[in-house]
Formats: sequence, C-alpha cells, structure tokens
Amino acid sequence: MTDLLAPFAEFAFMRRALVGVIALAVAGGPVGVFLMLRRMSLTGDAMAHAILPGAGLGYLVAGLSLPAMTIGGLAAGIVVAVLAGLVARVTALKEDASLAAFYLLSLALGVTLVSLRGSSVDLLHVLFGTVLALDDAALILLAGIATVSLGVLALIYRPLVLDCVDPTFLRSVSRAGTPVHLVFLCLVVLNLVGGFQALGTLLAVGLMMLPAAASRFWSADVTVMIGLSVAIGIVSGVAGLLLSFHAELPAGPAVILAAGALYLASLVLGREGGLLWQAWPGRHLEA
Amino acid sequence: MPTRRNVITLLSAALAAAAAPARAQGGGRLKAVATFSILADFVRRVGGERVEVTALVGPDGDAHVYAPTPADSRRLAEARLVVANGLGFEGWIARLIRASGTKAPLVEAAKGTKPLKAADAHGHGHGADPHAWQNVAHAKVYVAAIRDALIAADPEGRGPYEAQAAAYLAELDALDAEIRAAVAQIPPERRRAITSHEAFAHFEAAYGLDFVAPQGVSTEAEPSAKDVARIIQQIRRERIPAVFVETIADRRVIERIAQETGARIGERLYSDALSGADGPAPTYIAMMRHNMRALGAALAR
Repeated sequence: MTDLLAPFAEFAFMRRALVGVIALAVAGGPVGVFLMLRRMSLTGDAMAHAILPGAGLGYLVAGLSLPAMTIGGLAAGIVVAVLAGLVARVTALKEDASLAAFYLLSLALGVTLVSLRGSSVDLLHVLFGTVLALDDAALILLAGIATVSLGVLALIYRPLVLDCVDPTFLRSVSRAGTPVHLVFLCLVVLNLVGGFQALGTLLAVGLMMLPAAASRFWSADVTVMIGLSVAIGIVSGVAGLLLSFHAELPAGPAVILAAGALYLASLVLGREGGLLWQAWPGRHLEA
Repeated sequence: MPTRRNVITLLSAALAAAAAPARAQGGGRLKAVATFSILADFVRRVGGERVEVTALVGPDGDAHVYAPTPADSRRLAEARLVVANGLGFEGWIARLIRASGTKAPLVEAAKGTKPLKAADAHGHGHGADPHAWQNVAHAKVYVAAIRDALIAADPEGRGPYEAQAAAYLAELDALDAEIRAAVAQIPPERRRAITSHEAFAHFEAAYGLDFVAPQGVSTEAEPSAKDVARIIQQIRRERIPAVFVETIADRRVIERIAQETGARIGERLYSDALSGADGPAPTYIAMMRHNMRALGAALAR
C-alpha cells in the first residue's frame, strides 16, 4: 500500500495532479449529473469544440499566452452556450439542433482563425495542458472554478432540479427557468475550460460525464447521484494517476480509462438497472 | 486568401529578387521545395541565386504535426526538386507528393548519414532518430546530397553549385570545430542536460553531451507520470545542472520539472526549426551557435 501511494509522497507534481483532478471531480460531478438529467450528455462534447475559436482568438491577439487563451475560450463558450440556449427557449428549434449549429459555426471559425496565423505549432498541444504540469496559476484556476461552480449550483439548485424533472410546472409557477438554464450552461463552459488546463479536450468532458453516468446505476435520487459522481470522479483521478505512474501510461487518458472502468463496473453491477440485476431480478428482491 | 506563410514566402522571394536583380527578371530560377526551414537554409546556401527555395514548415513550425495546405500542394507541383529529411521525419511527405502530382524528384537528404537508434533514456523508442542535422558532420552529408541533386536537376549550374557547396562545407567545418571547442570548456561532469523532446541524440553522439527528454522523439506523445518521475529522480541523483525547452515544444512539463528539482532553465533551444529572420537562429549555422551558447551558459557555471 505504501509503495502504491509513494509517488504522491515523493513528487510534488503528483500531489499537484491529485489536487487538480479532485478539484475537477468535485465541480464536474454535479454539473455532469445535471447535464445527464437534462438529456444533454453530449453537450459537453459540443461545447468543447465551441471553445476553440475563443482560444484561437486569444492566440492571435496575445500569442501563446495561457491567460489570454483561457479568457478567449471562456468567452466563446459562453456566447455559444447562451445563444444556443436562447434559440432553444425562444424558437421552435430544439436545444441539440441549435447547439450543433452554433458549435459547428464556432469550430469552423476557430480553425480558420488559427490557420490564418499560419503557424504549424500544434495549438491544441500548447493550449490544452497535461495534468502532470499544473503550475500554481492552473491550480488556482481549477480550485476557483470548483468553488464558484459549487456556490452557484447551491444558489440555483431548486429551480434547476425542477427544470430538469418538470419544466412545465416550473414555468407555471416561476420565470426562473430560462435564466437558471443559461447560468447552468455557463457553469458547463467554466468547468470545461478549467478541465482543458488539466486534462485536454475530450478528457475534460470524460471526467464530467463518465462519473455522472456511472452514478445513475446506483441511485435515482439526485442528491445521492451527485455525491456518488463526485466520489467516482475522485477515485478515478487517484486510480488514473497511479495507473499512469505504475503502468507508464499517459496521464490524461489513464484518468479517463479509470473512470470508464468504473462506469462499466456500474453498468454491470449497479442496483438501479444494472445488467446483473436485470438478468436475475430474484437477487434484487432478496437484497 | 493570403495566409501568413504565403506572405512570408512572397516577401522573401521579393527580397531575394531585390538582392539578385539580374536573374530574378528572367524568372528562370530553379524552384525547389524543402520540407522545413533548416533544409531550406541548406538549399539556399548551395543553390545561391540560381535556386528559389520555399519551406513547407516555416520558421518556428513543428514538422511533426504539420498539416499541409493547398498552397503547399501547388508549390510542390511547381517545384523541380523536393528536399526532405527522410528517416521518417516527415511522415506526411509521400502522401503530399502523390496528391500534388509533382514530377520533381524527392531527395532524402539524411539518407547518407549514419543512423542512430532512437531510444530514449529508458529504451522504448523505435526506428532511427531523424534529427540527424544536429551533428554538423551530418549537415555536411545533407549539403553534399543537395548539391548533387541540384546538379542533376540543373546541369548548367554545376560550377556555381560546386563552388557554393565547397564554401559552405568549409564554414560547416569551422562550425564543427567551434562546437567542439565550446563543449571542451564545460567540465565533463556537467555535460548533461534535460530537453523537452528527444531531438539531440545526434548532438550527444557527436559532441559528448548527455541529453535526457521526457517526451520521446516526437512532440506528439504525452509523457506518463512515471516518465516525469524518472527524470526528476535522475536530475536529483546525477545533479544535472540545467533543463532546456525547445522552441517548438510545450514548456510546461519542463518548467514543472525545473521547479521540483531546482535545476536551472536554460535559454530556449532550436531543434527542428529555425527562428524568423529577426530571431536568434535565422540560419543553420546561427542556430547551432545559439544552441551551443545557451548550453555553455547554463552548464559551464
């Protein structure tokens, strides 16, 4: 056991990576659960692409400056999220279609902007960090995003849950639905931008969605699911980093592979609709 | 649409034209395409005024992850000679040549160099290390190959090509001696450093410095936690005095390692690309001098 955990004691970069993935999991868990409940599980992916043009713009303005590209990505993501959300609420177009339209537009703009600069340095590489190289600024950003996310989620929790389970009822008693939805989309963008710093494009989405999807197999209660998805995220982070250390795998994918393994285990073993419980309902009754 | 690379190409063509008005008006210059800036510099030196060379991957670009544009394809189609490094450095060149339909012969300049197994510190690399130009003796092989290819493509220019190549080879000999002298200034136990990607194996082999890289030969792979940890342990154990970042690589991992070990971060090294004209390494010779100065400054003390 001590051997297993020794890397955290010996190397500061491992401790930083640990803090980074925990911060990501703490905020990403609840955001992922709400995305899943709203049937927007693929939104994270789409938003990840939407963030690129802002980052590209930051790169054009300030060169390879991480703050500039982070701010640019944040701005582009929020613009796309808010526009897509508004179009979905105001017009007949559904959320997924309007989001697809805006993120594709945004992605094409981003690729064009980056190509205009004409550099063949791999921008994605430079922009999206590795969890093994988190400096103070990146850690503060991650922790700050986690804090803000949890605070905002606490503030909008009740209307957000209502908007997920019974939007018609919410609309009949309050006008909070649309603003709450938009605030929530901003949180998604915030967490994705933070995740890029640590894990890279797709992996940031992975640490948001996989724990949420896994938690659904254990409970139908939103509160329990949130707690579980945070726990699963943290366990995946720790396991992934150790896997990366002991099995010599690249760190970002290792974290997501660990989360994926927990998802598959939940899929088979989970008490709420897991495959084993469906195959032998008798065991379910005994349990 | 004028991309920046186009503009740079046009500008440098205009500059070359201003420098050599006699030949430029005729437009009879031999068009050559080199895959990246260092090769383009070689071709420029050997070809002189008779040759107009463009680099597909320009200054400060990373040829490992280069994505071709239609303009590149057009340039290839117009070229009468294509110069590549070979040794698997430009994995994309064969496809690009096929797609452009160019009839120009492809010269792999590194073909005649002595291959060096690409194995990083812990031996899981494969194939030959393509960064052969980091050894000046190999650069001379490149120059000879380029000279022969230019003569084959443009026999009339044999005289100037041979003269320019001979002059350049002499400069390279002087550069080689200069680097050896500079390495000799560094105490033997301090001749070791960390770089971000494994581009200096040929430099090591030729000049007796010891480089370790967390990233392996390509800039594309992501290091594992173990790789980073191993390098930190090695720096502590062997008291490696300095770490270096190349211009084309992500510096964050190296910065993290430096912070954790207290090793000094040296000036940025140029490994796979030259700098722009106003940077510290606009030509191959300037690049090697800059790297040696940076290494010497960080390691000597």
